[in-house]
Order: sequence, then C-alpha cells, then structure tokens
Amino acid sequence: MTSTTAYNFAYLDEQTKRMIRRAILKAVAIPGYQVPFASREMPMPYGWGTGGVQVTAAIIGPDDVLKVIDQGSDDTTNAVSIRAFFARVANVAVTTKTGEATIVQTRHRIPEAPLSEGQTMVYQVPIPEPLRFLEPRETETRIMHALEEYGLMHVKLYEDIAQHGHIATTYAYPVKVEGRYVMDPSPIPKFDNPKMDDSPALQLFGAGREQRIYAIPPYTSVESLDFEDHPFAVQRFSQPCGLCGATGVYLDEIVTDDRGGRLHACSDTDYCEERRAAGHFGADGAPVPAEARP
Amino acid sequence: MYVAVKGGEAAIANAHRLLADRRRGDRSVPALTLSQIAGQLALAVDRVMAEGSLYDPELAAMAVRQSRGDLIEAIFLIRAYRTTLPRFAATRPIDTAAMVIERRISATYKDVPGGQVLGPTFDYTHRLIEPEMAEDAPVAAPARRDPPEDAGHAPRVTDILGDEALIEADGEGKGAEPADLTRTPLAFPASRDLRLQALARGDEGFLLGLGYSTQRGFGRTHPFVGEIRIGEVEVEVDLPEFGFPVVIGRVRVTECQMVSQFTGSKAVAPKFSRGYGLVFGQLERKAMAMSLVDRALRADAFDEERRAPAQDEEFVLAHCDNVQATGFVEHLKLPHYVDFQAELELLRKMRKAAGATDETVSGSKGDVEVVQ
Repeated sequence: MTSTTAYNFAYLDEQTKRMIRRAILKAVAIPGYQVPFASREMPMPYGWGTGGVQVTAAIIGPDDVLKVIDQGSDDTTNAVSIRAFFARVANVAVTTKTGEATIVQTRHRIPEAPLSEGQTMVYQVPIPEPLRFLEPRETETRIMHALEEYGLMHVKLYEDIAQHGHIATTYAYPVKVEGRYVMDPSPIPKFDNPKMDDSPALQLFGAGREQRIYAIPPYTSVESLDFEDHPFAVQRFSQPCGLCGATGVYLDEIVTDDRGGRLHACSDTDYCEERRAAGHFGADGAPVPAEARP
Repeated sequence: MYVAVKGGEAAIANAHRLLADRRRGDRSVPALTLSQIAGQLALAVDRVMAEGSLYDPELAAMAVRQSRGDLIEAIFLIRAYRTTLPRFAATRPIDTAAMVIERRISATYKDVPGGQVLGPTFDYTHRLIEPEMAEDAPVAAPARRDPPEDAGHAPRVTDILGDEALIEADGEGKGAEPADLTRTPLAFPASRDLRLQALARGDEGFLLGLGYSTQRGFGRTHPFVGEIRIGEVEVEVDLPEFGFPVVIGRVRVTECQMVSQFTGSKAVAPKFSRGYGLVFGQLERKAMAMSLVDRALRADAFDEERRAPAQDEEFVLAHCDNVQATGFVEHLKLPHYVDFQAELELLRKMRKAAGATDETVSGSKGDVEVVQ
C-alpha cells in the first residue's frame, strides 16, 4: 500500500453505492420489509453505525447538509466521529440544526422538531429483525414475515400485560408499517414511535452487520403494536427540562452529585439550545442574555 | 468527563494522540520494523492475513504494528482496506497436490508417497521458556534434506483413499464463479463454498472451541487427520488474451483433510467422509478446527440429526466472524442512556406498583431518597 489519500466521494465506490441504492429503492417500494444487501466492511466497527453510514454514503450528494446525532445529541463521541468521517470523505456541509439538515443520521432518537418534506432520516440499526428475540433463526423469521404470522409477537406483549399489567417494552417497540410488516423501529425510545407515523420525511434504516436495509416512505402509516384494552402510550416525564423548561419532550437524567442530585434535560440538545436561545429557561438553566440571542 | 455537552471532538483528537504515543512506547527503544514483524512474528502475520482474507505479509505487518499487537484489531484494519480493492479476476483453484511442501503429515498412514515431513513445528518441543529468548543468541542454520528421488510428487492422502473409492468423491466445483460473502448478503442455507469461505475468514478461537466440542460429543464425527500439508502453491489466473493460465504469484497455505466415519445409508455404501480446512499461512490449529466444523456442518449430506452447535449452520456462520463479533460486543460501550432512561422510568414505575418498601425512589428531580 503506498497512498490512501484519494477516496471516492462519500468513501464507497460507485458500484457499491448503486447496489445499496437498489436495496433502498426496493425497501421504499415494500415499506417495512427487510431487504438483504451486501454490506461492506467500513472503516468503523460493526455495531457503531456501519449500516447507517452506508445508507448515508449511498444517498448523499455534494449539496446535502448532514446532521448526525447519537442519543439525541450532536456532540456524543460517535456522532462526532461519523460527522467528521463524512466531512472528510464527502466534504459536505454539516449542521447541528434539525431544520437545516437534508439528511439526519441518528442512533436511538428522532429529533423533537417536526421533520418536513425533502428531509431524510437515516437510522442506525443493530438488530433489524423485530422477531429475533422470539425466534433466533433467520430462516424461520423470514417465513413468519412472508406469512404475516405475527401471533408470537402478540403473545409476548400479552404475557407482559399478564405479568406486569402493562407492556414492558420501552425502546425498540415494534411497529406495523402500512398494515403489513411488523418492523423494528431501531432502539429509539417508544416515546419517539408516534413521530414515525405519517411523517413527511423519508425514513431509511441500515443494519450493516446484519446486512439489511428497510424503509418507511413519506406519509406512511406506522402503528405501534397494542391491544384495544391496553392502548399504546408513550412515556411522560413528571418535570420539564431543567435547562429550557420544555415539556412533552424526552429527557436525559444526568447525575449531578453522589447525594441523589439529578438534572433532567432535553435529550435533543439542538432543540434545547434553540429554545434557550429564544429566551426559554428552566429551573436549572440560566437565561441566555438577550444580546447573545441570534 | 466522558460526554460533555460540548467537547467530544477535542476529546477524540486527544485520545488518538495518546493512543499514538502509547503505541510507539519508549522513544529510546528502536521502533519495530515491518521485516522484524513479518519475519519474527510470522504466525501473527499469517493469522492477520488469513482472517483479514488478504494475502500481503507487509501490509499485515503494518496492521500488527498499528494495532499494538491486538490481532483482531489488525484483522479489522486489513478487512477495511480489502473492501476498497477492485476485483480483477477470480483465480483458478489452487492445486495443493503440486505444493512445494514444508510440512506434511498424515495420521492415517505410517508412510505415504512423498514421505512424512515434520517441518517447522512446535509439536515435539518441550514448552520450557528458553533462557536464550531473553537475548539475541545465535541460531543454527536449518538442516537441509537432499531431494528424494520422487521429490515434488506427494499425492494427497485423500486421493489415495479415493482410488479405492473408500472416501466420498470431492464435490464438483460449481463452475468459474465461486460464492463470495463479501459481495452478496449471506443467506441460508449456504452453499459449501460459501461456508468454507466464512470458516476460512472465521475466528480461530471460535472455530477451535466448536471443533473441540465435536470431539467431546456435541456433534461427533469420528475424525482422523488424513493429511495436513503446509507450503507454497502457485496462483494462476486465466487471461482471455492468452488462452492459457498465467502464474501471478505464490501463497503459503495450510491444508487439512479430515477423514471422518460414515456408516452409509440405504442409498449409499459406507464410505469415509471429508472435512476440509484451508487457510493462508502456517495456521495448523485453524485449518484443523475448520475441517472439523466443515464436516459437522455437512450433517444434512449424511442424514445426521443436527443437534449440536457445531452442526448448526446459522449459529456457526452468523457468529464466526470476529470483526462482526467484536464490533457488536464492543458497541455496548457506546452511550445507551436514552434507552437506559426508558428502562429506569419503567423500573421505578414497576417497583412502585409492586409496593417496594426496601427503598423509596422517586423519579422526580433532586429528591431521591434511599432508605435501607
């Protein structure tokens, strides 16, 4: 090896991008269906977002504006690393503002700010198969999807209710897409599930290690599985964000000392910053001086 | 702080800088050269080439150096580079019968045409740490054997068995284009060429454990080492312009042919069956483990009931790749606090519902009480 300076735009070669785009097109045509694709070995480890990175690399163009979040934050280490990767190999504009991004690659969250038409969400997926923990064999789960045989999943949810009085799944909560395929929404908290339904944005899911891509086209029905007498409900937090005072958002619980002190703050750091810049503040947050606001 | 609201970028840059410092170590000690690594840690380099599935000793030595001797990390570096390389052609199948043999042993025959050749093996060394290893003591030149009359003719032991039809025929190749799991997604059931590719790239330790399990009764196959041979073989490609195969280089490989019992069925007379192992470099343990697992995975071909992990194709192929395995295991150290928060809230709710009295924990901010 002599020189490794020149990589193709967005790292992947054009043949590979074409292969991934074909898989994406098939995924969009069959919402919620897991399309196998020949996932490549990427220069970051499997399990760290290689599926999402490949999907982003296949769809990104020079005019795109990329936002990368992990746990809702733009500045968690892996989000920083992935953003830096695309800034280096694709030289695209990057942003932390949800509204400015054309592509948002995410791990474990959907931004609080509503998405709009023309935006694409790219989810990093560890285990794409929602039935995997009920049936470990791929040969079996593919047949179950083909026959729309989802009884096992309902039995699991029912057993939760029988044992705990409610469904004890808090993240990666299974959904049904356009009334057909049961799909893993990736490990987002179930709080975010309703944002997937009828979204104006295109939602793409990439699982690198498991070699699967799936999609939810814009304005597609996404229902969280439930029962008539036990309807799906999202988490509610008993207090607003300590920094910006927002309610009805997902909060991180930050341990502030070893005497039980906690700060509850928006998990979506961009949302929180924009609110504070607009003059909102919570019990633990200092107001942003008017002259420092945009 | 591990994840401050801001500062991840600077923390990563500093971590990389510290890593480079630790990798180099004491600057007053000369840096390792690639020829030192490739020459004196040759078996580490072989493993990196085998599981990285790219034959390039110099590049593998670079990877070993860059990874500070963490071989799975080195394998990962090679894989990530390999995936960027264009494919020019598929080679012809290598002819291991024409190997320039460095080592060749059979456990099924006392002597075989071409002879038993121990070669550079640890097998009969006494595992005593040699005091000379503390310094650079002079090492005698190796003894050389005079080429025997039939030098170069060492037929494979399985071919000798095959002449009597005592062993199943070696499967026919499917044609020119072999399966390639790096270019098409793995699907089950997998063809044998695909399985062998996965095993050849698979983790030595994982396959060793699985192979061992078959010996202890979890999918027993009654194996004998028909033959292990290590040496260099020529690599040939067909160039359309020439109309004949052209040698483009040589690779050192280890081949293991395991001969296993097969009692026969109504349709087939009893015959020995085959388990096959082939890896880059001198990696006998890996080739042997691979051949045991290959045979165990062929359970269906012999109407054997699949009961043991080593016989389970999905289990073996989905978990034998150490780059995939290490990535997914190690990703657990990435932040998971959004999902953890969801679990925390649920646990508090469930404990409240259960009337937990050993401690009282409120989900609201700042007023957590713990009463033991």
